[in-house]
Amino acid sequence: MNKRLILTVLATAFVAAGCGPKRATLPEYEDTSTEVPGSDNDSSSGSGVADSSIRSRGFEDDSVATDTADALIIYFEYDRAEVRPEYADLLAAHARRLSGNSGLRLRLEGHADERGSREYNIGLGERRAQAVRRLLLIQGASAGQISTVSYGEERPVAFGSTESDYEKNRRVELSYR
Amino acid sequence: MRHLSEKNQKNIMLSVAFWRQWLVFAGVFLALAAPVRAELVIEITRGAVKPIPIAIVPFGWSGTGNAPGDAASVIRSDLYGSGRFDPLDNDVMLERPVRGVDIDFDNWRFVAVDYVLVGRLEEVGDELALTYQLFDVYGARQVVADSLVLEPRDLRLASHRVADAVFEAITGVKGVFSTRVAYISVSGRPPERTYRLIVADADGNNEFVLLESAQPIMSPAWSPDGRQLAYVSFESGRAAVYVQTLRTGSRRAVSDRPGVNNAPAWSPDGRQLALTLSDAEGNLDVHVLTLLGNRLVRLTERRSIDTEPTWSADGRHVYFTSDRGGAPQVYRIAANGSEDAPERVTFEGNYNARPRVSPDGRYLAVVHDDRGRFRVAVQDLETGALQVLSDGSLDESPAFAPNSAQLIYATRREGRGVLETVSTDGLISGRVKSVGNDVREPVWSPYAR
Repeated sequence: MNKRLILTVLATAFVAAGCGPKRATLPEYEDTSTEVPGSDNDSSSGSGVADSSIRSRGFEDDSVATDTADALIIYFEYDRAEVRPEYADLLAAHARRLSGNSGLRLRLEGHADERGSREYNIGLGERRAQAVRRLLLIQGASAGQISTVSYGEERPVAFGSTESDYEKNRRVELSYR
Repeated sequence: MRHLSEKNQKNIMLSVAFWRQWLVFAGVFLALAAPVRAELVIEITRGAVKPIPIAIVPFGWSGTGNAPGDAASVIRSDLYGSGRFDPLDNDVMLERPVRGVDIDFDNWRFVAVDYVLVGRLEEVGDELALTYQLFDVYGARQVVADSLVLEPRDLRLASHRVADAVFEAITGVKGVFSTRVAYISVSGRPPERTYRLIVADADGNNEFVLLESAQPIMSPAWSPDGRQLAYVSFESGRAAVYVQTLRTGSRRAVSDRPGVNNAPAWSPDGRQLALTLSDAEGNLDVHVLTLLGNRLVRLTERRSIDTEPTWSADGRHVYFTSDRGGAPQVYRIAANGSEDAPERVTFEGNYNARPRVSPDGRYLAVVHDDRGRFRVAVQDLETGALQVLSDGSLDESPAFAPNSAQLIYATRREGRGVLETVSTDGLISGRVKSVGNDVREPVWSPYAR
């Protein structure tokens, strides 16, 4: 009896200690998206210099797009889940990346600040993650590429109780995998 | 009042046997995994206006060697920690009787105590007999007495039971010193955070780690028989509801659906769990899961956040938080799914959330926004009157003691999560002293059965 008890306890201890893959909050990801430069920017430069074969085929400034898509956190107002207009370009860039690479998977982690009850904040975090998900789907990402999870206020990044801490915690983190 | 009876003794011995097994289990686990922090005590921050003066005379000991423990000091600390008693200092006692027949009541009238508790501990083979007698000093009358038989390792628990009996005999309210509290403790900073689900005695002693994880654990809930805990764990990378049996440590995932699986709450008969699930659009609704047969009934359907379910004392209704009216308020709906529209229950202020019904069914505890501060409040379910009980600004997760007379809740002091207690009438408050970690989400166990 005691032996079995100890084994059960050990099993529980190992399950408990070993649970959960250890992940950095913002994992690095391989940018496997394929840019097709200039596809909608072709223009001929043929004015006046008829004997030159040189023409521009255009070049999209992909460094801007990449930088935008590198931003992996979207912040929210208190008790709100609307994505602010300033994130339109960022989300468009992520949607492009997802629609351009159907193998890419994105996990959206919704978070809340510590005000309000914990389970209600789970609801708020989920609502925020879903708001981001909808915008990505509208812009071409497919539903199977995006999963959501809400941590509510359980995984803050700022630990104080000031408005500036709260601003940092009301967020959706985008995590490619 | 109760006197020495065979039935009582048998009950106590049975539950002592249960505890003994539980403690063996606890000891093994602690030795392996858990840092033990001893002697967390409740410090009274506001006591009764007129606490009852009582003398707890050091108990006698007859046996080999030194006494295996100091029962009187545990009882004294329990009664003092309740905020309702003013125990007399040992060094002003004029006599130290260990039997009722030896008491000279004039000696106790002189030091102005209303009650005197005497007792003795005897070695009986491998076991101990703990005998106590409580006397009303002015009436020179025995109020309650009993003799408990126990293994030495259960002396502390038995002492809590004596404190329970004394508390009940004098106040008319059942004591809760022999019950337990479960809570979540968090240590470390990202990415090295550790979340623990801990069970401890009601006075903070005997901490026992039930689960440890690098991912969040939240919303612990005791089964009505006190043998299981339901909780939410993110160990798989998303939320799932687990039920774990304390004595064996065995557990199972009872809800691991895609999306949100949160906020478990046991029905009073222990057969069902109310919980919060999300649909594909992330809409949170309250459901009732029948554990045997895994049958699921959805109670709410709205594009609002509907969560934090809790059962009415009779098990016929489920109270929950919803922001369907714009801001979070508490609503009530039939638990069997027969009602389409819930009834709103809270009306005072623009934020009332995380409801819990007192075991006697009289009160609803909520987190209430009191002019920008989140505080614990109770609403009288009959009159609708709301009373704010706590005075912090981030007070949360109120949970009733099984006697309905007291609540425990979490708050923040100096940037750290701590646990505090308050009487349901708001008159007495205390703080559970703890060392180091961030603690939160306390839940009081039912009485041991």
